[in-house]
Amino acid sequence: MKLFEFQAKNILKEYGVCIPRGKAITRDMDASKAFQEIGCSRCVVKAQILSGGRGKSGGIQFVTSPEETKACVASMLGSYLVTHQTGQKGTEITYVLIEEALSIKKELYLAITIDRCLQTPMLIASAEGGMEIEEVAKRTPEKIIKIPIDIFFGIHFFQTRRLTSQLSISGTLATTLHILIANLFDVFVENDCSLLEINPLAVTARDEIYAVDAKMDIDDNALYRHPEFNQFLPFQDASPTEALARKYRLSYISLEGNIGCLVNGAGLAMATMDIIKLHGGEPANFLDVGGDASPEQVMQAFKIILSDPKVKAILINIFGGIMKCDVIASGIIQAINEVGIHIPLVIRLEGTNVEVAKKILDNSGLKITTAKDMKEAASLVVSKVL
Amino acid sequence: MGILINKDTRVLCQGITGQAGSFHTERMLEYGTKLVAGVTPGKGGTMHHNVPVFDNVLDAMTKTGANVSVIFVPAPFATDAIIEAADAGIELVVCITEGIPTLDMIRVKKYISNKQTRLIGPNCPGIITPGACKIGIMPGYIHKPGHVGVVSRSGTLTYEAVWQLTRRGIGQSTCLGIGGDPIVGIDFAEALRLFQDDHETRAMIMIGEIGGSAEEEAATIIQKEITKPVVGFIAGRTAPQGKRMGHAGAIISGGKGTAGSKISALKNAGVTIADSPADIGETVARVLRQTGMLNITKNEMDL
Repeated sequence: MKLFEFQAKNILKEYGVCIPRGKAITRDMDASKAFQEIGCSRCVVKAQILSGGRGKSGGIQFVTSPEETKACVASMLGSYLVTHQTGQKGTEITYVLIEEALSIKKELYLAITIDRCLQTPMLIASAEGGMEIEEVAKRTPEKIIKIPIDIFFGIHFFQTRRLTSQLSISGTLATTLHILIANLFDVFVENDCSLLEINPLAVTARDEIYAVDAKMDIDDNALYRHPEFNQFLPFQDASPTEALARKYRLSYISLEGNIGCLVNGAGLAMATMDIIKLHGGEPANFLDVGGDASPEQVMQAFKIILSDPKVKAILINIFGGIMKCDVIASGIIQAINEVGIHIPLVIRLEGTNVEVAKKILDNSGLKITTAKDMKEAASLVVSKVL
Repeated sequence: MGILINKDTRVLCQGITGQAGSFHTERMLEYGTKLVAGVTPGKGGTMHHNVPVFDNVLDAMTKTGANVSVIFVPAPFATDAIIEAADAGIELVVCITEGIPTLDMIRVKKYISNKQTRLIGPNCPGIITPGACKIGIMPGYIHKPGHVGVVSRSGTLTYEAVWQLTRRGIGQSTCLGIGGDPIVGIDFAEALRLFQDDHETRAMIMIGEIGGSAEEEAATIIQKEITKPVVGFIAGRTAPQGKRMGHAGAIISGGKGTAGSKISALKNAGVTIADSPADIGETVARVLRQTGMLNITKNEMDL
């Protein structure tokens, strides 16, 4: 789960991290009043989207009056922001954040993430704040500092002392920085983050340290113990289809192609996308019904794929272990009888009760092409869209 | 023989009375696994599928001599279950559960790092030494005893690969699912080392996917320590950047963890890569023929 900048900042504030004075604005809220309430001569209006790259695409604008703020916000809200991370269509801006523009002496980069190799939380820091960290990592990798944080101890003071000298900031800032990092680590752990990124972390003229931007990703596996994040769920869905998939607990990702896929198991689903591409086709989606999906889920999955106008043919690839092939076959027949299908359907079933399943499909009277293995399945479905 | 489990392994099932635990306990017993105990707090003293149930792992181990645990406990309680088993001194924990928070797994790995307990998973189908012992949810009938070690991050994709092998008369020594999460117990490198040291295993397959660097780390080990032939397949060549593809660990982050980089690293280490998931079995057969391990007339592996 990804949080908007303003949502992340509200949480940081609760943990004692300094954030610029600001207000999140959505439709029907008074933007010019917000500018006045912030009480600063210069503010920044920031589009709230879950992808990066907004700065380069006009998603961050400076304003110096209530009228200018109102106009700026009006032009942003409801419009689509296209960045190098959003895809061609872009993302609709439903919130903006109006904040005081701080007088910044130095910009740092600070993030906490999970290092999968060392199996520990990792603090990533750089004196090159305010820039795309991936660019810094590519051009000047020596400017990225990585410090493992012990999951039980948290950050040690000696680690922060070492860091301040590596970041070329004054030793007097060490204590402030240490408290900040300790607070960020608490945010990370108590909210089950997978990523907490502050870029830039700004040192002001008065040697205060502010989180000027904040990106917070939450471990989806931990959502069950964070009911306070349920309110953020609706913002996660890139499309109504993804919202529907989430409702039926299906793993679904929309892609650009025209061959719909329905598979049980994430690895097999990825491999199915791969083999379609190998045969010259383009997958329209990734869809994993799970190793033990119910007939109801199979039916909903099928309907979701059918509702995608891009899809010109469908491939169903099921290896039934616990999942019985005849149950799948019945689920598919039921779905077709309910919603109808006007595009070619290729089904490859293998595993438990496969022979019974094949009989069910053959006797259905429906135009279904069955394939005996993945190669045949991919080849057949691709031939049907070419 | 195989690795980690054999016909003498005594298994206890944590979560035996839950829906998944109960169903799979029956399947494991059918396969011939010595499933000797179950653990469900509060149900100690009862029987389930003719298996004695205990309130805690230590009691179950003491009374039945169980040395391996399989965990079917739901995610919110699975961490406690793993730690309980490790604390009781179990040799091996096989955690099937999907959905355990990543930070919990970091805590678990730290906790067991100085214990004798090995962990497989979480979010995995389990481990099977065909003909001897099945611990997990994989369909037993697709497997055949033999000499190819299989280690994989997937579930159904592993079954696909195993089925391709079995249909060619190529049996498996042990099949091990390491799981689809970002933080797991036994990883590719450790599994391959175990296969390297196992007399029964003559060759290995590793089935990886996007996300993380486990395959790249394995490549380093393969180069230095593995002499038996390794075949690999990496799923997710066509996966887009930044999206979680079903498995919690299957995500390309900031350009890292792509299928391309894994395939490259493995090829450089001498691994034969199957380009298509439909060709995994055939690729293994080809490598076995080339190394003289496949008897062409019988189409079975030489002993």
